[in-house]
Amino acid sequence: MIRPHDSIIVQSLGRFLIPVTQMFGLYVLFFGQYGPGGGFVGGVILGTSMIFSVLAFGHDASRSQLAKKVLHGDGVGMLIYAGVGGLCMIGGGEFLNFADFEIPGLETASRRSLGIVLTQLGVAVDVAVTAVSIVFSLSAEEIIEDSLNG
Amino acid sequence: MTFSFEIPLLLLLLVTAVGAVLVEDLISAILLLGSYSFFLALVWAWLGAVDVAFVEAVVGAGLATVLFLLTLFGTAPKVSRLRLPPPPMAALVSLPLLGLLLLYAANDLPQFGDPQSPPSTHISPTYLEQSYQDTHTPNVVTSILMDYRSLDTMIETVVIFTAGIACALLLRRHSS
Repeated sequence: MIRPHDSIIVQSLGRFLIPVTQMFGLYVLFFGQYGPGGGFVGGVILGTSMIFSVLAFGHDASRSQLAKKVLHGDGVGMLIYAGVGGLCMIGGGEFLNFADFEIPGLETASRRSLGIVLTQLGVAVDVAVTAVSIVFSLSAEEIIEDSLNG
Repeated sequence: MTFSFEIPLLLLLLVTAVGAVLVEDLISAILLLGSYSFFLALVWAWLGAVDVAFVEAVVGAGLATVLFLLTLFGTAPKVSRLRLPPPPMAALVSLPLLGLLLLYAANDLPQFGDPQSPPSTHISPTYLEQSYQDTHTPNVVTSILMDYRSLDTMIETVVIFTAGIACALLLRRHSS
């Protein structure tokens, strides 16, 4: 069980830094096609912003509710990734071959670009949930029961 | 002139790595390991591998440090100092020999950035030339990871998912 940090410096910095970190994580996630970054790094940055809120404000703070809710999403990222692969098979295409997306009006390269964005989203969700989940596993005693029951 | 900052960077890398092993206080060792990751990220960026540098800075210096600290506080908060036993004689003799052997073998590695080396002549030119036409993605690393090598990345995602599930099953303590 992590209690809120006593220091006003940590709390004020947290109030300011957590939204900035989340914005930066989303930027890295969606800018990964044009510069350094991508799903893995973006997911880790999003996960660390939630971990920061848990470490600075404690498990019970309203700012940490997002981190608790995220715990229910274990496996969703995997589902998104494999689901995109499955969507490619609908028209008789190959698994994870994004050129086989059955979307009218899109050329092949744009389909592959869309597939890259969607699978990166899956990786990011998976990594962020795993990071938060490991931190909760290491730190919490009864918090899991509370968040799952209540 | 790259000489001016590559030597101090590698020296800092060496100093932080040796310090993380030799220091007695475990918290200091964790923080030294974090700074080691940060310097390693700078080395990756200097070598031109910006994506790897990004991952190293975020995961190695950020997330892993937090996980190590949480593990330390969760297991033995009172005993955080470590007495190192003196290393055995066999290790003192064989490890420098192994290092010399590796340095000798490193002579045969291709020069950094050599266009004639096997990795730059095999399939990389194809990716570099065609990835933008194929996928409309300017970052070649992303297009290789997510499109050409999509199945590999899916299995990596499975590995991360499995790690999270295993941590939850093994470490979560129940109140009852």
